[in-house]
Amino acid sequence: MQIPSTGLEAGVEGAVLKADVRDLDFYYGAFHALKRVSMPIHDHMVTALIGPSGCGKSTLLRCFNRMHDLYPGNRYDGGGIVLYPDNTNLLAPEVDPIEVRMRISMVFQKPNPFPKSIYENVAYSLRVRGMRNKNELDDRVESALKGAALWNEVSNRLNELGANLSGGQQQRLCIARALASDPEIILFDEPTSALDPIATASIEELIIELKEKVTILIVTHNMQQAARISDYTAYMYLGEMVEFGVTDQVFIKPQKKATEDYITGRFG
Amino acid sequence: MSASASMPSRPGAASLGSGVSDRLSKKASRHVKERIIEALLFSAAAFSVFVTVAIVYVLVKESWVFFETVPLSDFLFDTQWTPLFDDAHYGIMVLLSGTLTSSAVALVVAIPLGTIIALYLSEFAGFKVREIAKPFLELLGGVPTIVYGYFALTFLTPILQRIYPDLPGFNLLSAGLVMGIMIIPYVASLSEDAMRAVPMSLREGSYAMGATRLQTALWVVTPAATSGIASAYILGISRAVGETMILAVAAGMQPNLTFNPAEPGATITSYIVQVALGDLPHGSIGYQTIFAAGLTLLLMTLAFNLLGYWLRKRFREVY
Amino acid sequence: MKAADIDAIRAIITRAKRWDLFFSLLGILSLMVGVLTFTVLFVDMAIQGVPRLNLDFFTSFPSRKAANAGILSAWVGTVLVMVLTALAAVPLGVAAGVYLEEYAPKNWITDIIEINISNLAGIPSIVYGLLALGLFVYYFGFGQSILSAGLTLALLILPVIIVATREAIRAIPQSIHEGSYACGATTWQTVSDHILPYSSAGILTGVIIGMARAIGETAPIITIGALTFIAFLPPAPFTGEPPAGLFDWIFAPFTVMPIQMFNWTSRPEAAFTVNAAAAGFVLVFMTLAMNGLAIYVRYRLRKNIKW
Ligand SMILES: Nc1ncnc2c1ncn2[C@@H]1O[C@H](COP(=O)(O)OP(=O)(O)OP(=O)(O)O)[C@@H](O)[C@H]1O
Ligand SMILES: [Mg+2]
Repeated sequence: MQIPSTGLEAGVEGAVLKADVRDLDFYYGAFHALKRVSMPIHDHMVTALIGPSGCGKSTLLRCFNRMHDLYPGNRYDGGGIVLYPDNTNLLAPEVDPIEVRMRISMVFQKPNPFPKSIYENVAYSLRVRGMRNKNELDDRVESALKGAALWNEVSNRLNELGANLSGGQQQRLCIARALASDPEIILFDEPTSALDPIATASIEELIIELKEKVTILIVTHNMQQAARISDYTAYMYLGEMVEFGVTDQVFIKPQKKATEDYITGRFG
Repeated sequence: MSASASMPSRPGAASLGSGVSDRLSKKASRHVKERIIEALLFSAAAFSVFVTVAIVYVLVKESWVFFETVPLSDFLFDTQWTPLFDDAHYGIMVLLSGTLTSSAVALVVAIPLGTIIALYLSEFAGFKVREIAKPFLELLGGVPTIVYGYFALTFLTPILQRIYPDLPGFNLLSAGLVMGIMIIPYVASLSEDAMRAVPMSLREGSYAMGATRLQTALWVVTPAATSGIASAYILGISRAVGETMILAVAAGMQPNLTFNPAEPGATITSYIVQVALGDLPHGSIGYQTIFAAGLTLLLMTLAFNLLGYWLRKRFREVY
Repeated sequence: MKAADIDAIRAIITRAKRWDLFFSLLGILSLMVGVLTFTVLFVDMAIQGVPRLNLDFFTSFPSRKAANAGILSAWVGTVLVMVLTALAAVPLGVAAGVYLEEYAPKNWITDIIEINISNLAGIPSIVYGLLALGLFVYYFGFGQSILSAGLTLALLILPVIIVATREAIRAIPQSIHEGSYACGATTWQTVSDHILPYSSAGILTGVIIGMARAIGETAPIITIGALTFIAFLPPAPFTGEPPAGLFDWIFAPFTVMPIQMFNWTSRPEAAFTVNAAAAGFVLVFMTLAMNGLAIYVRYRLRKNIKW
């Protein structure tokens, strides 16, 4: 399926495109939740989605891994999300959502470790891919846990239940789970909103480190967080993309009045 | 609505002076009426405890007399059950073997099928299929067991006999198989409840990793619902052990110490029916045997119920 | 991602999805085992029994000759026993359910009552028969009567009605309670003016399901010693000399549908098996009709009530 480029990606300093949202419309039943949304996602960068509650941030994020396909009545309608370099439209009906989810992983707002051991939680995304070799699994689990800065804390209790960890550790466990299978993009939906400030800081630090390995798209309510960790920022309002740009510019010199009002706290 | 409006029967509040005290006294009478009603409702609820106490009392009292004649060790270890013969033996093991064998056959049917149906309805089926299947399963569970017994005896047994010509007309196999079908709805619907109680966030976590429905169902939903599923199984076992009519009709009622489902046999329950059908005099030892058998049955189901209750409690605490 | 990697992923997905499909089929197949068994059971019984279903079958007493035998005493007995069961179980069960939802404090007494009710629901019906034999038949001296049978079945379905009442009440939103209390109503006024009327359809569903179960119960009634061969009717209710005569029917000996069916099933002659099939058909038809009614009431309830 060919989708005309919106040209939005132009003008951003030499970064390589990883994905491109083009004129995306999305409906929850009759409710029009995303209205002709377009935005680029740059490779090995952190892109933040901000906006008032209910504006459609999670909805947009969950389009990226076709989470909406799980529920009847949800409908992508026109437009698409093109993934580079292979130019696949993630939302095309002939593309299997499972394939999309194997390439694009996700971390949720509330940590949701499975009722399994720490080890099995991380190994899950590998087992789903049919990996059975014990040594290979061990290696990948270890490197994922190291990648999620959790290895030192759990290396001697890998067989304990994931739910026994603290909230921040659980969230890092979920990051390790997402990381284990080497995804191309990881989606974060307000990953720190259920955590205390110290755990939040460690997750933020981790996200910055992670962009060495993977492209990151993060929804956040916390303006400082967006400013601290993201390279690009998108401001959404009522299902529409109001402004997209390099984070520094969006925060220092927003193009639109609405963005400025939201960022300076006059609204939202 | 004020207190005086709701009680028009006391119009005395006309003069201002008596108004205050009058209103207070209305409250008091209202209070008394409320207390009486509450006490009545409480006794209705507490009545259920009385039922349990009465069950235990009746069974223990009659069994007590029985165990004054028959030593407990005979009851537990004798290998014959001939309470109505001159040479009377009271080995409950004989009846227990029939109960266990038929229950085992039933569970071999009900547990896999019930679990698969539950997984299918909770994780695979669309809304419409579920809306049709659940009431249908309820119907299946609502068919009187005497009808299932008739079905086992007159329909299933002849078919089984075509496959195994040596199968006797009364056998534990046919009764057990039909009993298994009867238990499927219990296992399926309780297991499904447990699976549906697993929070959506866990499923989303699994799907987000690229898992398929079956992987999510088997690797995430089932482990998360384990104790609920286990309590569904226990309910199934307890139903099988307590089922009476299917066995009384289709398994024959000859006491038979066997674990071979292809043989006829009596169970604890069918023995009670057999004795009740005859006319044993009240107070005779034969009459008391059914209470001893019933007490054994009660203790077994009680143990299962407690285990199931404990498991359900645990499973509620998980989330 | 390299094209080769994507191909590998696709291969894995194809394989995994084949298992999905396999399990879906297995699920449908398992459901079909239930559907099929029920259909075969019903059709087989209908083929055998329906030819026997003429007016005479409903108006004749059992007989030594299969062709003359009917279910008159059985269905009359069932109706009378059900009347007593409902009279005893419904008020008691609803009252207990209301108490537990609206009055019960959170304490150990309530805990015991709740555990006890869920335990009662799990006790085999034949144990209720033994209770009734010891208590109603001999201790209270009711004998092998309609009264004993009605009370036995009432105890048996009590947990069903209590649980249904509680669920129906719990479905009423808290705001309705609060609205009523805010008007100054007492607990009982709230219950009688709001809770009971709004939950009545849900309670009715539970009562019907409980009664459908009671109709088919055989074991406890055999255990209290109901006769299997009754060639007379109990005195017509409320027609005897008052005061004693009004209630003489409840002490009459009786038989019920499932026992009649059991009796015919356990005879070796094929002609009686046909009678059993006919009685079974009537019995299943009654329970199906009641269950269907319950499902319908619940469906209407869900459609009509919008809080
Ligand atoms: N399953 C659903 N069905 C119908 N409408 C939905 C559903 N989920 C979300 N919505 C609606 O879609 C809009 C966007 O919701 P979304 O969850 O994307 O908001 P959000 O920006 O993530 O908000 P928050 O910051 O509160 O998480 C909201 O108006 C919401 O009410
Ligand atoms: Mg959100």
